[in-house]
Amino acid sequence: MAALDGIAADLREATDADAVDGVRPSVVACPTTEDEVSEVLAAAAADRLTVTVRGAGSKLSWGMPPASCDLVLDLSELDEVIEHQPGDLIVSARAGTPLSRVQQVVAEHGQRLAIDELVPGTTVGGLIATNLSGPLRMAAGGVRDLVIGVTVARADGALARSGGKVVKNVAGYDMAKLIIGSFGTLAVVTQAYFRLHPIPAAQQWLTIEAPSAGEAADLLAKAVHSQGVPSAVEISAAPGQPATVAVLLAGTERGVEARIGRIRELLGPSCQPADLGAARLPEGGIRLKLTSKLSAVAEVTQAAVDLGFSVRGSAGAGILHAAADNIDLPHALARLREATAAAGGAAVVLDAPTDLKRTVDVWGPVGGLEIMRRVKDQFDPDHRLSPGRFVGGI
Amino acid sequence: MSEQHSDPRMSPTTANSPDPQDNSQEAQPTAYGSVQAVIERLRASLPAEILVTDRTSLRTYECDGLLHYRVIPALVVLARDAEHVRTAVAACAAERVPFVARGSGTGLSGGALPHADGVLIVTSQLREIRSVSPEDQRAVVDPGVINLQVSEAARPLGYYFAPDPSSQQICSVGGNVAENSGGAHCLKYGFTTTHVLAVDLVTPEGEQVTLGTTAPDAPGYDLLGAVVGSEGTLGVATSVTVRLTRTPEDVRTLLAGFRSVEDAGAATSAIIGSGIVPAAIEMMDALAIEAAEAAVSCGYPAGAGAVLVVEVDGPTEEVEQEFALIEEHCRANGSFEQRVAVDDAERAAVWRGRKSAFAAVGRISPDYIVQDGVIPRTALSQVLRRIEELSAERGVRVANVFHAGDGNLHPLVLFDDSVEGQGEQAEEVSGAILDLCLEHGGSITGEHGVGSDKAKHMPKMFTATDLDTQQMVRCAFDPAGIANPGKVYPTPRLCGERPGRRAEPHPAQAAGLAEVF
Ligand SMILES: Cc1cc2nc3c(=O)[nH]c(=O)nc-3n(C[C@H](O)[C@H](O)[C@H](O)COP(=O)(O)OP(=O)(O)OC[C@H]3O[C@@H](n4cnc5c(N)ncnc54)[C@H](O)[C@@H]3O)c2cc1C
Repeated sequence: MAALDGIAADLREATDADAVDGVRPSVVACPTTEDEVSEVLAAAAADRLTVTVRGAGSKLSWGMPPASCDLVLDLSELDEVIEHQPGDLIVSARAGTPLSRVQQVVAEHGQRLAIDELVPGTTVGGLIATNLSGPLRMAAGGVRDLVIGVTVARADGALARSGGKVVKNVAGYDMAKLIIGSFGTLAVVTQAYFRLHPIPAAQQWLTIEAPSAGEAADLLAKAVHSQGVPSAVEISAAPGQPATVAVLLAGTERGVEARIGRIRELLGPSCQPADLGAARLPEGGIRLKLTSKLSAVAEVTQAAVDLGFSVRGSAGAGILHAAADNIDLPHALARLREATAAAGGAAVVLDAPTDLKRTVDVWGPVGGLEIMRRVKDQFDPDHRLSPGRFVGGI
Repeated sequence: MSEQHSDPRMSPTTANSPDPQDNSQEAQPTAYGSVQAVIERLRASLPAEILVTDRTSLRTYECDGLLHYRVIPALVVLARDAEHVRTAVAACAAERVPFVARGSGTGLSGGALPHADGVLIVTSQLREIRSVSPEDQRAVVDPGVINLQVSEAARPLGYYFAPDPSSQQICSVGGNVAENSGGAHCLKYGFTTTHVLAVDLVTPEGEQVTLGTTAPDAPGYDLLGAVVGSEGTLGVATSVTVRLTRTPEDVRTLLAGFRSVEDAGAATSAIIGSGIVPAAIEMMDALAIEAAEAAVSCGYPAGAGAVLVVEVDGPTEEVEQEFALIEEHCRANGSFEQRVAVDDAERAAVWRGRKSAFAAVGRISPDYIVQDGVIPRTALSQVLRRIEELSAERGVRVANVFHAGDGNLHPLVLFDDSVEGQGEQAEEVSGAILDLCLEHGGSITGEHGVGSDKAKHMPKMFTATDLDTQQMVRCAFDPAGIANPGKVYPTPRLCGERPGRRAEPHPAQAAGLAEVF
């Protein structure tokens, strides 16, 4: 590691606690500036070291374990909200900044980054790398709709930017889209610009039960297609329990009050205001992401519940998260791949015990895989960024 | 160089234009093959009536909405189905010959400008709406389907296609995808990229792939996200799955007259600052209003230095609340006259002035350039003041029409090409406006794209490494560099190269083939 020895960034020997999904690195680098990130990556390139990027480490075991990991690039000290322009509704932050900190800063001006923190502790970089979204996906879109510019450090250390700090911008390829959801296999995000939304003056959840997820189809359809414009329509269901449909209304005080009445009229008198708290992923050692066309969400949810999963997700967007322990994963996954494929979506294993992950194809079939491989070859020609973690062994 | 546009009645401007060949054909990574060989291949495999080779007919396709760049292609393929597109691209790939996709040809940045030794593949005949599924909020359409037709098909079912470029009666969905087009209402609803879920793409190597799924978040890299907005440089779309948006229960539109653009800008800031996200906030200055009056007699408030068109939509209860607030903010910031459109007819009347703005300018000036730049909204009054100064200093009139809500300016730079030197002066002012946008942290294009026209400005916005890295995406899709070459990026990247290892000048530059910017 000759090149690595000569750099300015903080280095330390790795411990067991630094293992990435069972793979133990030898070194951990903790850069505090973007230039240091660049320097570490250039040195790693010279030394031909494999690298896994870590933010808060909350989702490090997602995807497949890396085939090799010599160096963990810890970005937790690259944490700074760089610029908040309330009048322009934009904010930028470095990759290691906790999402909660960004929210705190922008909330002082009555604004928010309209994305749910499904995994507590999530950093800006981790959010981008894993493309997680919760209930607000329906109203505000996902990470791809909120990132307006991104700076990355390439595998060779060069810093490159796409997009910018204005919301409307079509100059050049939208490289950020490729980086979002790439699980750290293309480049290292060092900072990002986001568009913000005003925090609504009033917000209220309403919930109503259905005997089962399958039988919630009608309620979901009514809520999703309502001109009452819910900000979120969620379904949650678990084996042996009734399913819950939750609808979020957001807007002006008087507007929300009036719309509550309308939604209750639409869904039935048992639809009641409720306090749902922060959205979280359902609990379990096995976590799946299921996607579906809107009209099949109830059906897909039911299929997962029948296999023993707890499910929660956005019926308004068609994105569900399922979790379980102690199930026959290969069987369940095959069944859910069928169900989601028929519903125009896909089933992906986000996380599971490492040995179990090795018994299945966690990512499943992917359209355009050949081009994805070439994208990888372009950005990371030596396959040193979390090799093997992503689709098709990328 | 900025977008130059002529009144349809006038002959197009060419005198001040750079030789289009400079833009369309500079610095090719490798020599291209023979287009004659492609023509022979396609004569054998495609119906004769969809191949255009006679000079007169080819001329129809020599430019898009940016009239002063003109190149006659060697062959036009009027594809009737996806297989025709695939066959044409495959032939180009086999012979290493450039191809350019074209939809309706309304682009304003020369994106569909043909290649003289290449093939122009026209997708406007692929115009079937394959399915409309309100229950899934999706429609699947051919790329040649006109933007507005998607909404017309969905509206009886309570839905519409949200991206609404002013050209929506003529532009194609394929063109919208390629340009990531916006419109007045993208302030609230987002650009085309937000509303496209999947695309069937013929890759530059002639293969059909489907990117994306009916559901969001297809696993793997978001290749679709890269393809949208790539201006036809990553392949040709042959089918597009779009999101449909529920029609709002209520829409209310306000036309507010102000004494000055400063006041109108302050009202815009106040509205956004109060936490409202209107569907649209559009501004026009006095000169733009004058033009619109001359063209369509829209009856905007007399004596206004600026007007705002503000629209809110959604559930009635919310619209009422927000609208009252908006009226208040306008009054508080000096609006002297306000008109409320409550039904579709009145709304159409209010919008008529705004939507006709580009063409209307032809009534007050023989020639004009349509510029498209973006600034942070908070810099609005500063930038407008600078534009005014520029205009006064250089004696060039500038009419301002813009999407005020998101800081997307469309200054219309007026000139008379029959007067010696005016064209150049207009070009200079137009370019200086882009520099102003960049100085304020903005962008050289918000919706019209880079195309042939603005490739040379890209190095002002991005570093060489930024551009090189972005083009890695292109190398993954199009290693041979045959898909719409010369567009978007001023200097092509050689795809075999390892990134970041280039110390010596680019070989094309060294050979004097490319300018160094
Ligand atoms: C009066 C007027 C008003 C306008 N207003 C707006 C506006 O408000 N907002 C806005 O965003 N734009 C506006 N435009 C610009 C233009 O209408 C849009 O860019 C539109 O999306 C272009 O569509 P088109 O079908 O005409 O594409 P074309 O001009 O034919 O092509 C545009 C680009 O798309 C590529 N392309 C076309 N079809 C395909 C395909 N099937 N696959 C891959 N690539 C393809 C071409 O190669 C080219 O690079 C306006 C234009 C005019 C003339």
